[in-house]
Amino acid sequence: MSPPRHHIVTAMVENKAGVLARVASLFSRRGFNIFSLAVAPTDNERFSRITIVVDVESAPLEQIMNQLDKLVNVVSITELAPEEAVEREMLLVTVEAGPVERGQVIELVGAFGGTIVDEGVGGTIVDEGVEGVEGVEGVEGVDSFEGVDRMTVMLAGTPRSIDDFENLVRPFGITELQRTGLVALPKLEPGAAPGPSTAPLHSTAPLHSTAPLDSTAPLHSTGALQGEAG
Amino acid sequence: MRLTGAQALIKSLEMQHVEVIFGLPGGAILPVYDPILDSSIRHVLVRHEQGAGHMAEGYAHVTGRPGVAMVTSGPGATNIVTPLADAMMDSIPIVVITGQVPTTAIGTDAFQECPITMVTMDITKHNWLVTDAQDLPRVVAEAFHVATTGRPGPVLVDVPKDVSNAPMDWYWPAGLDDLDLPGYKPQTEGDPAQVRRAAELILGAARPVIYAGGGILKARAAEVLRALAERTGIPVVTTLMARGAFPDRHPLCLGMPGMHGNYTAVTAMQRADLLIALGSRFDDRVTGKISAFAPDAKVIHVDIDPAELGKVRRPDVAIAGDSRVVIEELLRALESLGLGPSRGSSVSGDKSVAGDKSVGGETPGTWATGTVTAGSVASSRPDLAPWMAQVRAWQKEFPLAYDQEEGGALKPQFVVEALRDATPPDTIVVAGVGQHQMWASQYWKFDNPYTWVNSGGAGTMGFAVPAAIGAKVGRPDKMVWAIDGDGCFQMAAQELVTASAERIPIKVAILNNAYLGMVRQWQELFYEERYSEVYLSPDLPDYVKWAEAMGCVGLKVESAEEVAPAIEKANGIDDRPVVIDFRTDAFEKVYPMVPAGASNDDIIVGPSGGEGGR
Repeated sequence: MSPPRHHIVTAMVENKAGVLARVASLFSRRGFNIFSLAVAPTDNERFSRITIVVDVESAPLEQIMNQLDKLVNVVSITELAPEEAVEREMLLVTVEAGPVERGQVIELVGAFGGTIVDEGVGGTIVDEGVEGVEGVEGVEGVDSFEGVDRMTVMLAGTPRSIDDFENLVRPFGITELQRTGLVALPKLEPGAAPGPSTAPLHSTAPLHSTAPLDSTAPLHSTGALQGEAG
Repeated sequence: MRLTGAQALIKSLEMQHVEVIFGLPGGAILPVYDPILDSSIRHVLVRHEQGAGHMAEGYAHVTGRPGVAMVTSGPGATNIVTPLADAMMDSIPIVVITGQVPTTAIGTDAFQECPITMVTMDITKHNWLVTDAQDLPRVVAEAFHVATTGRPGPVLVDVPKDVSNAPMDWYWPAGLDDLDLPGYKPQTEGDPAQVRRAAELILGAARPVIYAGGGILKARAAEVLRALAERTGIPVVTTLMARGAFPDRHPLCLGMPGMHGNYTAVTAMQRADLLIALGSRFDDRVTGKISAFAPDAKVIHVDIDPAELGKVRRPDVAIAGDSRVVIEELLRALESLGLGPSRGSSVSGDKSVAGDKSVGGETPGTWATGTVTAGSVASSRPDLAPWMAQVRAWQKEFPLAYDQEEGGALKPQFVVEALRDATPPDTIVVAGVGQHQMWASQYWKFDNPYTWVNSGGAGTMGFAVPAAIGAKVGRPDKMVWAIDGDGCFQMAAQELVTASAERIPIKVAILNNAYLGMVRQWQELFYEERYSEVYLSPDLPDYVKWAEAMGCVGLKVESAEEVAPAIEKANGIDDRPVVIDFRTDAFEKVYPMVPAGASNDDIIVGPSGGEGGR
């Protein structure tokens, strides 16, 4: 098996204006590729945590880490090899599920440990500004959607299980889909004591699947990070 | 004490012992220019903001203290982007203060608004947009701290006009604990295990070369570098950024490596079995084709910036730390392995070479290597004599050379040598970018650190005149000569008005070959002599009249015989700047040369091509 192409870098950064731009700009300037990037506040309001899944074929990991560390606003960096990390990602997906399919979708959601967080008819959840999204036409005429239910499902899991779920619900019809990108923490040593690679990064647990949705979305920006150019 | 933000800003600069600001006022920075009238800080009014940035760089180069520039928002700020990029490439500590439109107007496309912190994000070590006047003293202290510690570099502080006008309660951060820099912790000391491994590699090498870079100068490590070279007997190459870090007239000095380095420096690195890289970064202009660079060499890489270690060439021993501190640690490690200081050695304080032009560079073995303890690791060290014999043979066979024919066209190298021989040994030489820069670096004898100022990494044309002004402001006691090209001179000559007005008596030697010479050289060699947009004319502008119009003395030299008298006349003028227009041979090319992308083994030593073709 070939070594994984991605690595996870988590950076604790100062919660100041422009920090996300600095990180993104560094990756762009140095030609480091990013698979995904997630920013979330930590339990200390002075700091945010950025989880970046980097393409280690675009640059040596050590070089990426060292360059990132030079940013004055980056307080600490932890590098996680995929095999040493607990990796999770969250998915919000709106699925077309009429009376016939409804039972099957609910079963799938249950099998993957997901949660149905919204239900309704298409018009109420479709962004009218989006073109080409199935079912957008005739939003006003709810009559035409009569009997066509949709549900929005939240699922947190490994990227693999999210991929699997996505593939399984796709035949039902996906109208909206948003993935957060990966977040990760170091695996604990068996027997509870934190391993030596565990960095002293205090974290909220943004992927706790039973928590209310609004507090779990890892892309929820803090005020200072809001509106940053990617 | 209640101050305005503007007053607090100027007072903060005073607290940082700033003695001079290079700048030009404008709308958004207006409030800050008012308290300058009451300050002890000198302000040098430039004619273009780019000049302010390069002056700050020149000042920092020669003093080691951060240069300060202040400009207004929008175009004032963007005009100083080039000096920031230049300082970033060459790790020069400068602090640039920019005015900004009021915080309430930011983001509205206000008059002279430019998001300069965004623009300069990747070409400053760090920058700040100050949104609260109360933060100003702390941010200024942080800016100077970041600019001058670790790997030095440029910083920018953007100050909106309403922040300058707002009241604040004065304070001054008592120490580092009062700064808000939780993510900034430069490492200076090397890992002891790695230092010991490095010492072992040094004692095991038969063909070692010390590859000294600009980091030696930044770390004030010239003396310990010399101690290391002398104790080990290892020859030293000094990169374009490190000229003067090791005396050119020292028997162990091989001079400049790289694309236009001398044959011996280039080839010694190629054949080395160990490169000891100290504060150098394996720049492409040094390595040539990287896969063919120093193929047999193990590498010890010491740099204060961990990101440099392994960025280009994977080192066998990587040491993140300040060059001076690590060299001191290395000397101790060598001693513990049996290589002690030589008796009567010159570990520090011996200036017998520095400043003494009489020291012969031709005689090997005039230094005393360290004492070796019997039975120690050092006692089984390979004999370096065969290696040094090889080095001497290269030096003899392939010296730098040019041919000044009697009555023939004036050779630029001849001018550089004449200048070198007619000026005090600690003269500061400042170059622009191009052929003249290479000739200056090749033919000057730099025997003192901080006497060579140039734009290395960025290659910024127009650098020389303003940088020379900044250097002269920083070291008014020293003679400062800018060696410039005619193309470069035209890019920033207006700053000679600044120099005249401020009585900053720099001297400028224009090596006027009427061409963008380096580009011409490449078109001749690599584009079948198809010269595209490189001709400038020797007479347009009239450099003498132009110099006089700017309040300088202007002289013109057209033949070899006129060179020495003109330099003598220029050296005697100390109340205003002097410009000498040297009409030099347009066809002269810089040699040796490693073509771009070629291996350093393919060095061309002279015009007829090939090794030894001269």
